[in-house]
Amino acid sequence: MGIELSQIFWLFLTFFILMLIEGFYCITMTYNLLRVLIGLEILIKAVTLFIIFAGYISGNMALAQTVVITVIVIEVVVVVIAAGVILGFFREYDSLNVRNARNMKG
Amino acid sequence: MNIMIFLLVLMLLAGLWAVMTSLLLRAAIALALTSVVLSILMFQMGAPLAAVFELSVCAGLISVVFISVISLTHRLPLKEYLARRQNRILRFWFLPVLLAIAGLMFFLFKQPVEVHTPARLLLAEVRIVLWQLRRLDLFTQIIVLLAGVFGVLILFGGNKENGN
Repeated sequence: MGIELSQIFWLFLTFFILMLIEGFYCITMTYNLLRVLIGLEILIKAVTLFIIFAGYISGNMALAQTVVITVIVIEVVVVVIAAGVILGFFREYDSLNVRNARNMKG
Repeated sequence: MNIMIFLLVLMLLAGLWAVMTSLLLRAAIALALTSVVLSILMFQMGAPLAAVFELSVCAGLISVVFISVISLTHRLPLKEYLARRQNRILRFWFLPVLLAIAGLMFFLFKQPVEVHTPARLLLAEVRIVLWQLRRLDLFTQIIVLLAGVFGVLILFGGNKENGN
């Protein structure tokens, strides 16, 4: 049982870190604001996966589900507000290129 | 166990598709696919409530938000699109290689890990944990939702000075 648990832990840790690499690469290498949001979403999905796995491995699945529900609610609010900011940016500059933000005041 | 590995690989590939594709609409669909696979994984691991939330909110609502934003922006001219696509391929070809190298390193240098599981909670029901043990989380969620509504009113409320 111990070895099997260790293998499952290693498997999920591998995929968690690979998803984190994907998300960070997307955020750092793109200039499109919507793609930055997509990278952020991928990072949140990696974290959600690991929270559920933590509940699965420790047997506290009810607590893990509660935390995941909180994460999902906050994720939705962040995405909606970010979408609004991106649309405002697009109306101002007629582009989603993040380099245009250099022209902003302040 | 095998189906779990298959789902994890599928989730990683869907995320990779979302990052690599040059069309934003395809990226939004790939993100929804990632959410669907994650919710199947949650069902597999015995978290049905979180899986339903993930499926309805992340695969449904967030995809709708993304597609609405994409439909409100306009398409690039074909020549510029092709140039940017070429530029994207140059910037993003390294990502699958990086993922393959990282995955291979994790596979090769696998160490036996001592996993210490904490004591189980006596309350195993989600509704009891949610409504009694983590009540503060619910208040925080309500405050975050109200902040989101306030933000939406500010951002989408229209400009009164211009008469809109």
